Amino acid sequence: MKNDHKAAMSGERLRLTPGIKDTRPHLPYRAVPGILPEVPREKTDACCGTPSGLMTPPSLTSGDAPYGHCLQGHVPSPVGPVPRLSTRLTARDYWGGLKVRLGLGRDRYAMPAGLYAVGRPGPRSPVLVTANYKLTVDALRTELSTHDAWILALDTNGINVWCAAGKGTFATDELVHRLKASRLDQVVTHRKLVLPQLGASGVAGHRVKQRTGFQVIWGPIRARDLPAFLKNPQKTPPSMRRMSFTLKERITLVPVEISAAFRPAAWSLGMAMLMALLLGMAGPAPFKTVLHTMLLGVTATVVGLLSGAVLTPILLPWIPGRAFALKGAFLGLAAAFISLLAVYPDMTVETSIALTMMTIATSSFLAMNFTGATPFTSPSGVEREMRWAIPAQALVVTIGLIGWLQAVWAG
Amino acid sequence: MRNMTYLPGVSTLTLDTSRCNGCRTCTLVCPHAVLKMANGHAVIGNRDDCMECGACALNCPQEALRVTPGVGCAAYVLQTWFKGKEAACCGESGCC
Repeated sequence: MKNDHKAAMSGERLRLTPGIKDTRPHLPYRAVPGILPEVPREKTDACCGTPSGLMTPPSLTSGDAPYGHCLQGHVPSPVGPVPRLSTRLTARDYWGGLKVRLGLGRDRYAMPAGLYAVGRPGPRSPVLVTANYKLTVDALRTELSTHDAWILALDTNGINVWCAAGKGTFATDELVHRLKASRLDQVVTHRKLVLPQLGASGVAGHRVKQRTGFQVIWGPIRARDLPAFLKNPQKTPPSMRRMSFTLKERITLVPVEISAAFRPAAWSLGMAMLMALLLGMAGPAPFKTVLHTMLLGVTATVVGLLSGAVLTPILLPWIPGRAFALKGAFLGLAAAFISLLAVYPDMTVETSIALTMMTIATSSFLAMNFTGATPFTSPSGVEREMRWAIPAQALVVTIGLIGWLQAVWAG
Repeated sequence: MRNMTYLPGVSTLTLDTSRCNGCRTCTLVCPHAVLKMANGHAVIGNRDDCMECGACALNCPQEALRVTPGVGCAAYVLQTWFKGKEAACCGESGCC
């Protein structure tokens, strides 16, 4: 799964752009430590025996890596040439972005950490700090098409800024380490770093200042506000500093919710089907009826999945209740009611109730899981609702399952 | 989505105004504008809007703000219950 990085490490080396004179006395270009983007740390550990700083730099033009095509030569700097990022997305970037948004290969969409350039930055150009998630770097570089700036990508294992800040990888230590490794103090004459606001839960600005002399300036939340911010850093409208959760943003999250729910849902459904099949074959009901009732169980679960992982994110602000488990249960009830009328009308009351309970429990659980994708749920709140929701969901799904299995058996 | 208030009365956020030096950093880093300035020092506005991300406390040079930070993620909380705090992670594979 780490093929990208392996390919990057074994591939061709970066070449010095013609016209840039290497003035350093004895170090060949490839041995310039630190200045080059490093492959994410855990991956470089594989090459033991080489001091990490003196490792052969990864190829940034490797055909297999997800980032090679975003580079456009190099920009000279006092510590050597710095890879330059294109500010335009290509078909490959869109394709890669689409895949990770669908939940495919999301955990290995990383850029090498280190210093990059956009435009033609010099010693007085701003330094923008970001995470080494490719999608994050894409969002940043495309907003900077008319800017000359340095970009310092921290090694967050290919995780976005906010999640990485929460996990402690977009952190003070990593920033200090990356500053030193890239010798930024020799690249720029000023001592200011612009960090995305959402990195503040991982980086303590005043500690960075104490340890490196660099002052942290908290930039806007969204990359698209950067051009306005850079023009006038003193005046940031409150909207730049407030989290949003628009319909569009919520819809974007749906595919990942589905792909995350798919495996556990398929697994539990498979187990339930196996049990139902054995029971049905042992029972008095004809096989055709058994299969029919089993299919109803699948439908109830799929309806719950759609309600909890698709409709709950989209309709979130309009569903009654504050707790997500409750919102999911409400929507599950509504979805079950509609499917009772539409999909399975002629059923006994017992079976209808059992199927409804399965839908409600599935929807409630998945809706509760959506808390992790929202930008406003607190851990105290999530734990508070889970303390009653998990037992309730377990109870409801158990009763529902028993009712359904009974129906499968009796036919 | 305008109203992003989650469960009421759960946030662990506290502010000791006597320690506050009025540097405003907390008002810059809070993603939900919970902290505001009044009479030269920070005040907590709507505490129920706090998501306990920890940005304000981490960036308060006076340690006037305190909060138990964490991620509001049910999958993560579930794992802390079963696997313990150290082994818990959000992603399915290759922990973040």
